[in-house]
Amino acid sequence: MTAATNAASHDTQHGHPTGLWRWLTTTNHKDLGTLYLTFALVMFLVGGVMILLVRAELLLPGLQVLDPNLYNQLVTLHGLVMVFGAIMPAATGLNNYLIPLMIGAPDMALPRVNNWGFWILPPAAVMLLLPFFLAFFGVGDGAAAGGWTLHNSPLSLQAGIGMDFTILAVHLLGISSVSGAINVIVTVFNMRAPGMTLTKMPLFVWSWLVTAVLIVLVLPVLSAVVTMLLTDRHFGTHFFIAAGGGDPIMFQHIFWFFGHPEVYIVVLPFWGLLPHILATFARKPVYGYKAQIYAFWGVGILGSIVWAHHMLTSGMPLAGNLYFMYATMSVSIPTAVLIFCWIATIWRGSMTFETPMLFALGAIAMFGIAGLTGLVLPDVAANAQYHNSYFVVAHFHYPFFGTAVLVMMAAAYYWLPKMTGYMYDEKLGRLHFWLTLVFFNVTFVPQFFAGLDGMPRHVADYALRFTEFNVISSVGAFLLGAVQLLFLYNIVQSIRGRGARATDRVWEGAEGLEFTLPSPPPYHSFTTPPVVK
Amino acid sequence: MFKKKSPSLITGILLAALPVLTRAEYSFNLPEAVTPLARDTMRVHNEFMLIIIALFLAALGIMVYSLVKHRRSRGYKPAAFTKPGTRAQWLWVIAPFVGLLIIDYVVIGIPAYHAAATMEDTRTDADMVLKVTASQWKWQYEYPEEGIKFVSMLATPKDQISNRAPKGENYLLEVDNPVVLPVGKKVRVLIMSTDVIHGWWVPAFGVKRDAVPGFLRETWMKIEKPGVYRGQCSQLCGREHAFMPIVVEAVSPDQYAQWVARKKGETAKVAAAAGKVWTKDELTRQGRGVYDKICAACHQPNGKGIPGAFPALAGSKIVNGPFVDMNGRLIKDGHLDRVMNGKPGTAMQAFKNTLSDADIAAVATYERNSFGNNMGDTVQPALVKSLR
Repeated sequence: MTAATNAASHDTQHGHPTGLWRWLTTTNHKDLGTLYLTFALVMFLVGGVMILLVRAELLLPGLQVLDPNLYNQLVTLHGLVMVFGAIMPAATGLNNYLIPLMIGAPDMALPRVNNWGFWILPPAAVMLLLPFFLAFFGVGDGAAAGGWTLHNSPLSLQAGIGMDFTILAVHLLGISSVSGAINVIVTVFNMRAPGMTLTKMPLFVWSWLVTAVLIVLVLPVLSAVVTMLLTDRHFGTHFFIAAGGGDPIMFQHIFWFFGHPEVYIVVLPFWGLLPHILATFARKPVYGYKAQIYAFWGVGILGSIVWAHHMLTSGMPLAGNLYFMYATMSVSIPTAVLIFCWIATIWRGSMTFETPMLFALGAIAMFGIAGLTGLVLPDVAANAQYHNSYFVVAHFHYPFFGTAVLVMMAAAYYWLPKMTGYMYDEKLGRLHFWLTLVFFNVTFVPQFFAGLDGMPRHVADYALRFTEFNVISSVGAFLLGAVQLLFLYNIVQSIRGRGARATDRVWEGAEGLEFTLPSPPPYHSFTTPPVVK
Repeated sequence: MFKKKSPSLITGILLAALPVLTRAEYSFNLPEAVTPLARDTMRVHNEFMLIIIALFLAALGIMVYSLVKHRRSRGYKPAAFTKPGTRAQWLWVIAPFVGLLIIDYVVIGIPAYHAAATMEDTRTDADMVLKVTASQWKWQYEYPEEGIKFVSMLATPKDQISNRAPKGENYLLEVDNPVVLPVGKKVRVLIMSTDVIHGWWVPAFGVKRDAVPGFLRETWMKIEKPGVYRGQCSQLCGREHAFMPIVVEAVSPDQYAQWVARKKGETAKVAAAAGKVWTKDELTRQGRGVYDKICAACHQPNGKGIPGAFPALAGSKIVNGPFVDMNGRLIKDGHLDRVMNGKPGTAMQAFKNTLSDADIAAVATYERNSFGNNMGDTVQPALVKSLR
């Protein structure tokens, strides 16, 4: 397939299995990175097709395409697939491929754990999706249908086997993430090349270190809470059943103790990628390196103590509401530091606008919208209007798609030539950027207005006053989906070696150890550690 | 699972598209506020939106300026600074964050505190209480002082939802029994749920509060302007989540008093109905109405249910079995027990909380004598009353 295949042909002195056996047994960080990234791309397309079915139903009022039960399943699966199947594995794929190259290590510290961490992902994805298809053959009543947060625990207790499949799939996904995160922490602290002190580490490595710490802290909490749900469903416990002394709101507290840091787990690695790309194309060193490291930690710490702003309408006492409101607002400070540093990085640079730079700049603007709408959401009184409305749906797609996915695309265009040894089609890449940015906003801006106008989320059908907004949003979504085929085509062309040869440094302004290696890098790199001055 | 019995695709799309062509009443902001709380919310919302739009444009402006000026194609030579150097530069760096802190905790923080505190004060000077009980997928309203209690459900015909008929003006936002409240009175709303978490949301009141099974939640409103206000359930609560709207009619205190008197009369009539002996025909006729409205969403109009999700009533052992034992007591997990007390942990709820004696008796009689079930017996309202 990609880089590693090419690399293998250049570097035959180290024997390793070929074909399927190679990919099943590989412990090589580049192979595993490739597997993670491929898996993420496939899941990105699967989750995308799901949401396009949903948008088709929402195109017009009335039920045309899906029955409400099927609709709820698709919305739920879209969320789970995109968060756990696409974005998190994409970030893990990048860390696998890039961290050893960036810190001058021969591989990740725990290669077998790395292999295992990847290979439990496909079975987990099958488990998650299987009940959806089984229902068409009359087995069970479909996949989980209560929203990806399973926020309504009494509803989860009513659900059929789809919920059990989801719970076990979440366990597997959690084990995979935690093992990947432990690997990052161990690698960063033990495998750095001589001279690569902590304060010389590239920002992507720093942001992944914070992410990994968050994953190790909160993913087990998710596993715990779904296990409690499982025992409530089948073994007579009453954690979330009021009649037995439990509390459905406790589920939400425990879930969001994981769920809010999860938002930062999703975006932090991508924040860390941005300064690399900005500095390269501005031909100017990163501004505020240390400030950004402190900001990553600040977001990680503050992000872990603000979870109940997802529950401001659940009836918490005034003191609780106020604490979570003010604490949440404080997250705006470290995120503003990041935006400041990124703009200062390009300020008075000598910029050119290749595809990765366009995606990076677009992501900064979209992240601005994400952060600023996030600043008003925790306001307790206004939250009563925003909560569970389309305003929130629009809001959280700005960090998830507008930031994480756009930066992922920037990173794909930026490092793909390094991985494959061939450039992508620049014209097509720029077209892909502009169409993605425009259609993303055509899709989600109307949802802000629909939400303010009173449209609740998770509805299969809606009142007539929301029609115009939904028509625009659905048309935008179809086009946004179609445009991603350009991305797919461009990646495949680069992998198949159709573009120009990439130089070792790939980009004129690129800095970093990974750009001292040939493109593509050999199968085993930095077997002798480089010396960092 | 895809809908099979839909009309021709083109008719369907035309019927669905009709509203787009003929009507446009969308708005770009929160609806007109008719309570002090909603006015407060509207004020902070408008203020915050202006602030964040200004902040966004300022940051974007600086970025765009840099994109235009500092590009290689204009021959701009890159600088090499990586942190603030001079004292003036430090000031430029610190200033935006001081500004942001002030915006966070003074400009936004203080009005947000007042709005939040007002919102939670449900008790001071409350004039009346409205109890709201959510169930899948309907709302029950109770006026404890007046002894009035009724269920409010979606009134939009199924034909409109499946695009067989043109959609009405208040498509999906209309109910059979709206809540009626007097204007100018502070209404304390107590919210609970019988099954899963729901959310009671009326945008014009600035009120959204979750209904949590097993717990009491509260909120309040003081409606200042007569009118009809519409809202929806805000928490994904299962299959019919999109189909449990809220309609509140705010009227003058005089009209409210008249409505209360009329409702009390109806309540007395319903109570009296339990006293007489009903014929099987009367029961099945009323039972069919109740079934189609309440039960058919899950068990389906033909009583066949949805395999794997909702059990069939046609040929069911429970329905075709006895419901009281020789001592006249409810048989546990028998037909009438299921209807009255529900099945915990499933969508089958305890209907004794929401249906009248006559309705429960009628629907049970109907189920025992329909869909091919042929028990031939009746369930009398008086019996239901005695078994409550």
